[in-house]
Amino acid sequence: MALLGANGAGKTTILRILAGLIKPSAGTISVLGLDIIHDIQQIRRCVGFVGHQSYLYEELTVLENLLFFVRMYTVPHAHERVHELVQRVGMERRVHERVGALSRGQVQRVAWARALLHTPHLLLLDEPDTGLDREGSELIDALLAEHIAMGGSVLFTTHLLERVLQQSDRIVMLGSGRVVYNEETAGLDYDTLQRTYREVAS
Amino acid sequence: MAWHGHVCLACTCHLQFYLDLRVDNISAVAPGVLWIAFIFASLLGLGRTLAAEREQHSMDRLLLCPVDRKAIYLAKLLGNLLFIGVVEIVALPIYALLFNVPLPAALLLIVLLGTLGIATIGTLFSVMAAATRARELLLPILVFPLIVPVVISVVRATQQLMAPTVNEPPWIGLLIAFDVIFLSISMLTFQYVVEE
Repeated sequence: MALLGANGAGKTTILRILAGLIKPSAGTISVLGLDIIHDIQQIRRCVGFVGHQSYLYEELTVLENLLFFVRMYTVPHAHERVHELVQRVGMERRVHERVGALSRGQVQRVAWARALLHTPHLLLLDEPDTGLDREGSELIDALLAEHIAMGGSVLFTTHLLERVLQQSDRIVMLGSGRVVYNEETAGLDYDTLQRTYREVAS
Repeated sequence: MAWHGHVCLACTCHLQFYLDLRVDNISAVAPGVLWIAFIFASLLGLGRTLAAEREQHSMDRLLLCPVDRKAIYLAKLLGNLLFIGVVEIVALPIYALLFNVPLPAALLLIVLLGTLGIATIGTLFSVMAAATRARELLLPILVFPLIVPVVISVVRATQQLMAPTVNEPPWIGLLIAFDVIFLSISMLTFQYVVEE
């Protein structure tokens, strides 16, 4: 599902609530059948989050970061899983470099690896293309396709309407923290989507 | 860390030169000097750690993980204890030299318990203050009133060690009780403080 909206509409806030970083002030939220307040630790085990920040330690190397987080998630066969993901995101040559010394795009790749360590059911992506070159964007497309093929779900925010039409089966648009548009993408064309987005964003 | 060590040592040295120390008043003055320096360096250290964590969004990295919030609190407490402890290890011999006081093993126990009390409260309130704009100013204002029992206990226990008197309350026992109470409350409340 794609989450669209103008800056300040509440997209990032929703993702941070679903990732367990913020508590909702009112209402009820259910993620994979689990209540966001009472079952939050179980939700955190099922959710992977790629946000604007990398959520990595800049002083540690790529390998050290991933080994630390794989232990936080108590993933079995930790070293094998880390090396598998490092190769999958194309960072095997830089695995012993400090995260602080990497480029924005390289950090984003490691952030993806971090989010996938525990094989989450739900991926929350906040503008996942940020800082990535064409090769990086293709890598994201491949990772998302693999995740969905394994039965996973994705909720992502983006300003790229092409990505929305290619990769989502439902679009939700936010305006001032409220849902103002909620439709399936089947049968939706780019011009209609663009027109609707401009109306919502204005 | 070097900067906090310098602050601690500068505090100790200044007070040593400023105060009119004689053999008969050292036990009354020296414990207070020691703990002024330690508390000052501790709060500065906690404030700097807080600022660095805020800049790097360090807490969010851990909050994303399915880790018990009590474990996060204890890990942060341990980090702060080690940080303050290293400064104290460097400062203690210099303090003993300047004030010409011995360093018995019991003093190390008092320092450990006192540091635990300060770090326990400081760790909890550093997370609270992180969400505010005047965080580095607010942290000492929040922490000082709460560590008064710890400060009184450690100063009097240190004084008792240097110049034993009869009929003194069991300051080390009180210190242990304060530490247990503050640690329990901090562990229980940390999860509510750390999550927005």
